Amino acid sequence: MESHSVPSRAEVFPVGLRVLVVDDDPTWLKILEKMLRKCSYEVTTCGLARVALEILRERKHKFDIVISDVNMPDMDGFKLLELIGLEMDLPVIMMSIDGETSRVMKGVQHGACDYLLKPVRMKELRNIWQHVYRKKMHEVKEIEGHEFTCDDLQLIREAGFEGFEERGFLTREDKKRKEEHSDQDGSDQSAVKRARVVWSVDLHQKFVNAVNQIGFDKVGPKKILDLMNVPGLTRENVASHLQKYRLYLSRLQKQNEDSALGNNRRADFSPKEPPAKPDLKIPPPVQQGTTPNSSAGFGFVAPKTETQPSKPISHFAEDIIVKKKGTSMPPLGMLLSFTGTIPNAEIKPSEPLTTLKHQTWTSGLPVMQFMQYPKHDHERCDLLGDYSCLPKPDLYTSAPSVISINMQNGTGNLLDVKPALMDCIKAISPLTCTVDGSTLGLDGLPGIKGCFLEQTGSNAEPGHITGSDLVPLPEDLHLYSSFQEIGCFENVGLMNSIDLFQTEVESSSNWCDGSELLDYPLIDECLFA
Amino acid sequence: MDYVHLRRQAASLRKGLFDQGYLDEQFYQLEDLQDDASPNFVEEVVTLFFRDSARLMANIDQALDKCVKDFNKLDVYMQQLKGSCTSIGASRMKTDCSAFRECCRDENIEGCMRSFQKIKREHSVLRQKLESYFQLLRQAGPVECATRPNK
Repeated sequence: MESHSVPSRAEVFPVGLRVLVVDDDPTWLKILEKMLRKCSYEVTTCGLARVALEILRERKHKFDIVISDVNMPDMDGFKLLELIGLEMDLPVIMMSIDGETSRVMKGVQHGACDYLLKPVRMKELRNIWQHVYRKKMHEVKEIEGHEFTCDDLQLIREAGFEGFEERGFLTREDKKRKEEHSDQDGSDQSAVKRARVVWSVDLHQKFVNAVNQIGFDKVGPKKILDLMNVPGLTRENVASHLQKYRLYLSRLQKQNEDSALGNNRRADFSPKEPPAKPDLKIPPPVQQGTTPNSSAGFGFVAPKTETQPSKPISHFAEDIIVKKKGTSMPPLGMLLSFTGTIPNAEIKPSEPLTTLKHQTWTSGLPVMQFMQYPKHDHERCDLLGDYSCLPKPDLYTSAPSVISINMQNGTGNLLDVKPALMDCIKAISPLTCTVDGSTLGLDGLPGIKGCFLEQTGSNAEPGHITGSDLVPLPEDLHLYSSFQEIGCFENVGLMNSIDLFQTEVESSSNWCDGSELLDYPLIDECLFA
Repeated sequence: MDYVHLRRQAASLRKGLFDQGYLDEQFYQLEDLQDDASPNFVEEVVTLFFRDSARLMANIDQALDKCVKDFNKLDVYMQQLKGSCTSIGASRMKTDCSAFRECCRDENIEGCMRSFQKIKREHSVLRQKLESYFQLLRQAGPVECATRPNK
C-alpha cells in the first residue's frame, strides 16, 4: 500500500479502504490487488470462497468491502455473497466475465451492491468506496429522524466542535492537527485557511448560530454558508459539517431519552429489545454530580469503581461520558450511552466491571475505559450506525476486556481519547487507545494485542497523542513502538461495552476538542471505518 | 546502440501482437499498472497467466478424454480459461474460448475438440511471442522500456 506520508492524501477517505478480494484466478487476483493498491486501498486477497469466509468471520471488522468473483470453484459466488451479507453485513461487489442480465440480476437479488464485468477497469475500482459510504449513511439514517431541541443546540454550542473534520478523517486530521498545534486551542481561524477545514469552536459557533437563525428545519448548506460568512469556507465544508451535526444531535436526542442512568451511564436493556431500533439511552446530561474528583471539574460520570454498572450487561452498551469541566452544562455533558441489543449476547458482563475496578483514579485525570460489547453479527447496535467500527471480536470470544486509559497528563482531554477511540473504532484488530503506561488498565484483557495510541502524557501537549493514534495501517505500525506490549490488543475478547469516562481537566477548548472528537470519531468511524 | 536495436525489435514485436489481435486493450492496462513498486509487473502477470492457463487446459484435456460428454463441466472449465484470458488481454484465445463454449452449448463434441486444439495452438503462439518480447526487453536494458507508453 502506498505510504501515507502525505497528510492530505492520508486524510482523504477512501484512502485506506480495506478491501478483501476473492477470486480463484491467480492472475486476476494479482492484477486486482495491484489495481486496488493503486487506488490507495488496503488489499487482502484470497483464492477460495471458504477461506474468504473464514477470514471475514475471524476479522469481520477488518474490512470495509468485499469484491468477489461469481464463479468460484469451491462455493457458488452468490452463496458467498449472501453469507457475507448476512453474517458480516459488508458491501459485496461481484465480478464476472459473464455480463448476462440474468446473472447480474441474480447478483443484485443476492445482495450485491455492484456487479463488475471483467476485465475490470481502474475507474470502476476507484469508485467502490461509494458502496461503503452509502451503506454507512443508510445505517445512520435508520437512527436519525429525531427532533432536535434547543437544548441540544445549546449543548452543541457549548461543546464546540473543535477539530471537526470533514468526513471521517478525524484520526489523521486530528493527528495532524495535534502536530501542528502547539497549544490546545489550535488555530481556529487559521484552520479555515487550510485546505481542510478544521471546525474550531468559533467556527462551529457560527455554524450553529446560522443554523438556529435559519431554523433547523429549513436549514441547508448554502444558507448556512451565506450566513456564516466565513471566507474560504465552502459549501461542501458546510454540507459535510451539517451532516455530522445532524448525526450528533440525533445521538444526543437519543441519549436524552435515556434519563434512567445516573452516574451509571449504563442503560439497562432487556436483551429482547428489537435490534432494529436499539435504544440509545442516555443518562441525564448534565453533571451527574457524582463526579468524584475531577480537578478540572470534569464530571466523572461513570464511577470508576464499583459503581460501574454491575448490571448484567446483556447488550450492547456504549457509554461515552463526556463532561465538560466546570460549566454546569458540560458541553457534551451527558453520558452518551448507546445501547444496542444483542439478542443472544453471550457476554460476560461481569468481567469488564471487574476490570473497571482496577482503574484507579488519579485525581483529575481523565480515565477512559473502554468496555466494548461485541456487536452481534446481525444486529446493528446502534452507535449511529455501525458498531462494527468498534473493535469487536467474535461474540464467542470470552473475557470482555476493558481497556482503561489513564491519561496522566493534567490536561488530558478528549483529544487523547479520541484518537484512541477513533482507532478503537476504526481498527479492527489493533485497538488504539491512549495509554498511559503506568496506569494502563489493561487488566483482564486477555489476548489483547493491538496497538494503542501512545500517550504522550507530556504537559507540553496535554493529552496529545503522538503519531500513533492512527488506524493501524501498515504504515502506522511503527508508531506503536513503546506501548506495543501494553496497549496492544487484538480481537479483544468480549468487550461488553465501551464506556468512556472522560474527566476533563482543563480548558474548555481542549475539552471541546476532546469531546467533539470523542463523539464524532465514533460516528465517523462507524460511518467510515 | 545495440540496445536501441533491441528496443526497436521489442517495440515491433509488441506492435505486432496488437495488430494481429493477439493482445487487446487489457494489455495496455497491465502496462499502466507497472510502476516503480512493481517494475516487472507485466511479465509477472503474463507468467502467472501461462502457468495457470496451462493448468486449466490440462483439466480440459482430461475432461475431454474421460468424460467426453460432460458439457457442463467443460463449459465451466472453459469459462475459467476465458476469464483468465481476459486478464492479460489474450484476445484471440478469448474468442476461441467463446467458440468452444458455443460448441458445448450445442453439445457438439467434435466442435469442442477442434476448438480446443485451436486454443492450444493460440496459447502456444502467444506464449512464444510474449516470451520473446520480454526477453528482448530484458536485453534492451532494464532502465527504460521504449515500448512502454510513458508512465
